[in-house]
Amino acid sequence: MGEKKKKIIKTIKIDVDKCNGCRACEMICSAFHAAPRYSSNNPERSRIRVIHDPLRDIYFPVYAGEYTAAECMGRDRYVINGKEYDECALCRAACPSRGLFKEPDSGLPLKCDMCEDDPPQEEPLCVKWCLNDALIYEEREEEVEEEEVKLDEMEIGLEELANKYGLQKVTEAISRMSKKGEV
Amino acid sequence: MRYAETGYNLEVDLSRGNIERVATDPGLTELHLGGLGTNARILWDRVPPETEPFSPDNLLIFGTGLLCGTPAVGANRTIVTTISPQTQLMAFSMMGGFWAPELKYAGYDKVIVRGKSPELVYLWIRDDKVEIRDASHLKGKGALETAELIRKELKEPKAQVAAIGLAGANRVFFASIEQGRSSASRQGLGAVMGSKGLKAIAVRGTKDVNVARPAEYLELCNEVLKYIQFRQENPIPGVIPILAVLGSPQEMAIHDEAWHTQNFMWGNSRVRRKDFWTEEVAKKWTETMESMRKRLISCYNCPLKCGATIAVPGHSTYMMKCFSKLTYTMAAFSDLDFGFRIAQRATEYGLDGYSTPQVMAFALELYEAGILTDQDMPGMPAGTEERFYWLLDRIARREGIGDVLADGTSWAAQRIGKGAEAYAHNTIKKHEQLPLKLSMLNPIYFLMYATGEKMNITQIEGQFPQGPFLTMEEREAFVKDWFQVPDDRFKRYLLDWEPRGERANPYYPTVEMSCEIVDWQERMHYIDDALGTCAGLSSFHMKPPYHMHNFPRFISAGAGIEMDEAGLTQVARRNRTLVRAVNIRRGLRRADEKPPEDHWKKRFPELEAQLLDAYYKFKGWNEQGIPTKETLQELALNYVGEDFLRRGILTNDNGSPTREKQAETK
Repeated sequence: MGEKKKKIIKTIKIDVDKCNGCRACEMICSAFHAAPRYSSNNPERSRIRVIHDPLRDIYFPVYAGEYTAAECMGRDRYVINGKEYDECALCRAACPSRGLFKEPDSGLPLKCDMCEDDPPQEEPLCVKWCLNDALIYEEREEEVEEEEVKLDEMEIGLEELANKYGLQKVTEAISRMSKKGEV
Repeated sequence: MRYAETGYNLEVDLSRGNIERVATDPGLTELHLGGLGTNARILWDRVPPETEPFSPDNLLIFGTGLLCGTPAVGANRTIVTTISPQTQLMAFSMMGGFWAPELKYAGYDKVIVRGKSPELVYLWIRDDKVEIRDASHLKGKGALETAELIRKELKEPKAQVAAIGLAGANRVFFASIEQGRSSASRQGLGAVMGSKGLKAIAVRGTKDVNVARPAEYLELCNEVLKYIQFRQENPIPGVIPILAVLGSPQEMAIHDEAWHTQNFMWGNSRVRRKDFWTEEVAKKWTETMESMRKRLISCYNCPLKCGATIAVPGHSTYMMKCFSKLTYTMAAFSDLDFGFRIAQRATEYGLDGYSTPQVMAFALELYEAGILTDQDMPGMPAGTEERFYWLLDRIARREGIGDVLADGTSWAAQRIGKGAEAYAHNTIKKHEQLPLKLSMLNPIYFLMYATGEKMNITQIEGQFPQGPFLTMEEREAFVKDWFQVPDDRFKRYLLDWEPRGERANPYYPTVEMSCEIVDWQERMHYIDDALGTCAGLSSFHMKPPYHMHNFPRFISAGAGIEMDEAGLTQVARRNRTLVRAVNIRRGLRRADEKPPEDHWKKRFPELEAQLLDAYYKFKGWNEQGIPTKETLQELALNYVGEDFLRRGILTNDNGSPTREKQAETK
C-alpha cells in the first residue's frame, strides 16, 4: 500500500445552460496544442467538443478523457429536461467506435491536459475564452493514496493497444508523448 | 505557405457540372485582402455590365473574410456577392454563423458559382471531396428544413448548410439565403441562387488554418477579448440600449423596446406611435419573449449572444436575430407574439425580414386606397394579421398578386400603376429601407443614405454618435477614452456638436466634417467586409474592440501581409471604389443617390447638393459620382479607368458624357 499524499485536482465545471454554442473553446484548444503554439487551429483536433443540435437546444461541451480500447456495451439514451442525448454524446473517452477525440492525421487518441504549460497558464484556455462562464476552472485539494505502479497491468494494456493499432503506432505515440512531456 | 487564407477557391459551373479547385493570386490578397474586396474584383473581371441577374453568366460568390477561421474573435462572416435582381446593381449581403470558418477548414476561401443547373441540385463540400448532388427531393422544402434533411442524408451532423427556401426557388427579389442562426438577406441573393437551380451548399472541413506570427496574433486576440469584457461591463451612458453595449444589436436579449416602437414607423413606414410603450405592453411582450426564447446563441468564436432559438408552440423551432424581431410586428400593427409566429414561416420560405413586411404593408395600403381591389386579392381574409399570412404565402409562391409584389415595392408600384408609385415611398435605389422618418436633416446621415453602396444604413453607420450629447459633461466623458478615433479632430467635432443653435444639424457638423466622418464610418465597414469581422464587434459600434489602430496589426500578424494604417486606408478605399465602379458600369449615377423624400421633414436642397458635391470630391469622384482616372490610378485600378474611357463613361477630362448630364438635370 502506498502512503497518503495531498494532490491538487484540476477540474472544469460545465454549465450547459450558459453555453452559447460559439465553439471558441474548440478553436483555442486546437490553437494551444498546435506546434508551434497557436500557429494553426482546427476544431477537429480539439480536446473539447461542443456536442450541439441547435434546433433541439442541445449544447453540451465534453472534454477528451481516457482512451478506451474497446467499445462499451450499452449505448443508452438519456432524457434530460425533455432533450434526448445519446450516451456517446456525453462520453469523454476516445474509443474505437467513433472519430471524436482522435488526432485526424494519425488517429491517435487525444486527451485534455488542462493546458499544462511552462510557465503555467492561469486556467485552461477554453475556460479563459468562454466569457459566458459555461466553463469554470476549479482546483481542489484531495488526499489520495499513491499507488505503486503495477507493471504487469500496464503491460497487458500496452499489449492490447499494440494488437489494436499495431506495435509501430503505439511506439510512435509513446515516443511523441515522452517528447512532449505529457502524462 | 499562405496564412489566414487557404489560397484556393472552388469554381463550380452548374451548367456543365464542372468543379475545380483553383489556386488564387497572393497579389490580389495584398491589393484587396479578402471577402468583399476580392469578391468585387472577381465580379468586375468576370461579370460584364450587360449581364442580367438571372443569366447563367451572373456569378454567385460565397467569399470568406480574410481572418475567418483564425482565432480573431467574431471573424465568421460570409460575404455573398452577385448582381441583385431588385437593384440591378452589385449585391453584397453577408451572414455570420458558422459557414465561413467551416469553408476555411475545408481548404477554400471562396465558392464561386456560375451557370445554371437543369435540375435542382445542392453542393456538398467535404474537404477535398466536392460533389454536385441531386436535390429534387428537397424541392419546395423550407430553408431550415432543407439543412436538417441534408445533414441527415449525409450523416454529417456537423456540416454547415446555407440554403434557400421556396422564395429563392421562385426568384422573389427579396429572397434570402438562410444558414441556421444567420442569413444573407438583403438584395435578393436567394433569388439568384434559385435561378441557378442551387438549393444549398453544405460544407464540412477538418483542415488547419494557419497564422503567420502566432504569439503576436494571440496577444492581439486576447486584447480584443479583454476589451469586449470591459465594454459589456461598462455600457456607454446616454445612448439607446442597443448602442450602449456591443453586438449585432442585442434585440433578442433586451425587453425594453420603447425606442424602436415609439420612434420607428408602423405600417408601410407611415405611423408613429409616441405613446405605444406602456407598462402593459412591456409586460405582455416580456412574457412572450420569456415563453418562446429558448436560449441566446452566438456565431462562431464570439462571446456575444445576438441571436436566439425561438420555439413558438405548434411551429417548428427556428433561430432569430436582430431587428426582424419587430419588423413584422410593426408593419402589421400587431404584437411580439405575432412577430415571432410569422417570422418562423418567413424564415422557412427564406425571405428578407426588412423588405418582406414592408412589401406586405404597402400592398394593404394600396388595397385601403382602392388601387388594389378585391379582384386583385380574391379570397383575402379580413384581419390584418391574417392578411399578412395570406400575402406571405402568395409572395413566396409568386401566386396572383404575390407575383407582382415579389419584385419589391418599387417594381410592383410600376407594374400596378394608378398612382401606386407614391406608396413605394421608402426605398433607395429600389431597395426598401428601415421604417424611420425623422424631423431635422442630419448631414452625416444624408450622405450615408445617399451614397452607401449597400443601401442599408446599418451597413455604413457606426463609430460616431448618431446625435449630439445634450451636455458638455456628457461629451467630455464620451471622448475621454475614445481611442478608436483615427484622428483627434473627431473628438473636437463631437464636443462642439450641439442639439440646438449654430452648431446643430443641419449645418453642423459642417460639410467638410461630415465628409470626413462618413468616410471614416464607411471605411470601417469596408475593412470588416474584407476581413470577415462582424460589424457588431466593430464598424457598427461606437468604441468597438476592432478599430483603425489594431486592424493593421491583425493583418500583419495573421496573414503575414505587412500593413499600416495608411496602407489599410488605401485598401479600404480601393475596395470601396471598385464596388462603386461595378455599379457605375451598370448605370448608377448621381440622380440615383437620394434618400427617400420623406425621410426627414425638414430638407435643405441647397445644402444637400453641397454635401454631395463635397463628398464626391473628397472621394475623388466627378460630379456624377464616377471615380476619376487619377483616383483610379492612385488606387492601382487603372484597368477600371481604361474601361470607363472605352465605354464612354468617362471622357479624357474626367467629365461624363452629356447624355447623362441631361438625364441628371431632368
